[in-house]
Amino acid sequence: MSKHIKTINSRTLQSTVRNGGCGECRTSCQSACKTSCTVGNQACASGKKNN
Amino acid sequence: MIHAFTFDGTNIVLDVNSNAVHVVDEPAFNIIKEYAGATGGELVEKYAPVYGPDVVREILREVDELKNKGLLFSGDPLPGGYRPPEEGVVKALCLHLAHDCNLRCRYCFAGQGDFGGDRGLMSLEVGRAAIDFLMQTSGGRRHVEVDFFGGEPLLNRPVLFDLVQYGRFRAREAGKEIKFTLTTNALLLDREMQRFIGENDLAVVLSIDGRPGVHDRMRPFPSGEGSYRRVMERIKQFVHSPYCGEYYIRGTFTRYNLDFSEDVRHLAEAGFEHISVEPVVAGADTGYALRDEDVPVLLEEYEKLTRYLLGRHRQGRPVDFFHFNIDLEDGPCLPKRLTGCSAGLEYLAVTPGGDLYPCHQFVGRQDFRMGNVFEGLNSNPACFFREAHIYNKNACGQCWAKFHCSGGCHANALAFNGNLLEPYRLGCLLARKRLECALYLKVCTQK
Repeated sequence: MSKHIKTINSRTLQSTVRNGGCGECRTSCQSACKTSCTVGNQACASGKKNN
Repeated sequence: MIHAFTFDGTNIVLDVNSNAVHVVDEPAFNIIKEYAGATGGELVEKYAPVYGPDVVREILREVDELKNKGLLFSGDPLPGGYRPPEEGVVKALCLHLAHDCNLRCRYCFAGQGDFGGDRGLMSLEVGRAAIDFLMQTSGGRRHVEVDFFGGEPLLNRPVLFDLVQYGRFRAREAGKEIKFTLTTNALLLDREMQRFIGENDLAVVLSIDGRPGVHDRMRPFPSGEGSYRRVMERIKQFVHSPYCGEYYIRGTFTRYNLDFSEDVRHLAEAGFEHISVEPVVAGADTGYALRDEDVPVLLEEYEKLTRYLLGRHRQGRPVDFFHFNIDLEDGPCLPKRLTGCSAGLEYLAVTPGGDLYPCHQFVGRQDFRMGNVFEGLNSNPACFFREAHIYNKNACGQCWAKFHCSGGCHANALAFNGNLLEPYRLGCLLARKRLECALYLKVCTQK
């Protein structure tokens, strides 16, 4: 049990490489912004969650 | 690589390469910041007199454990670099139904609706050809997207009505799911239109900038009169109707309202729960363009906004601010983060005449014309966009936010630096701040 460091999420980017890239998620600029690309706030559309 | 920062007393460490997020106490915060450049012995020697030797050793053990799990000081996920796929799939189109508008917004990148060309409406023939093009070029992808855009797309209502039905028909035939979005200034959002949106499950992006004075200054009618009152009335009526499903209120802030958190607050207090208010993209020759000297104020505004949104969350009245959304467990995979916005590749814009461009912001630039919905793609510009990813951008290599912004907006890079590989610096500064705010909110609101 960590006393000093609380880890918020366990899923790593590395773990998404193998099953990721299906391309079924939404296009990032399409949904709301139209002027400033942000990809990290998109959701994964794959049921597998890629890891 | 890590990014360690403190927001209102909460110490947060982002492990950039794994995307793991940690909340740490003060001793751990200081030790982690120096961990990469010092030995364990040096850290014990420095911090034992402050925190006690047992605490320092505990922290070092925790850090080592996380390091072994790949959650702290993790290596580059693609140490051999990145080679983008060359499959040539197009899965999203931005259809410019109208190069005309019933407003004359001063900051409009579309040249106040006409994109620097003739005012015109997309014909049914072009619209249907665009849908056919999408079905064909999306290949094996199941999910495809169409955004009805302009100018003001509701100036071309009959074509919009037809294309939704036609798109659904073609998607069903091809075994695909089609998602429609409508971006509108809401002036023509009458009952018939509202019902159509509801019955056909269109997502809607509704343009309003915030406080009346702010909105009216930048978004007048052709007569010069402000449009706030009529736009707000329409949007409220629609959002609170049974026909409204997925929506975003979309505003733009400029140098004239650097205190833009007040505009977000205004929109939230008007009862809207999904809000996206974003920095204007404008040349330095305009009075409203953001300048380098505005950055400190803007960063502070994002902090104010964060505190306001946290307060709303704690009151049980949460507001979803688009750029503060972050999903740490089910967010995008690494390949998605590397392909970025997909402009010029999976995402293209279509003019009323059927010409294809990398995205809505490139429309009218002949050197970026990528073909036509009738003739298909000439692929030349696509290779530039394919190679414009974070592993090829010098400024991104050492940036801690690179896996979230994915290198930023191509159009901004080109507009400000004349180079797709050189990100727009002011945009980067704001994106990094937004990410800090988003992480802080996530940490505070996660159950």
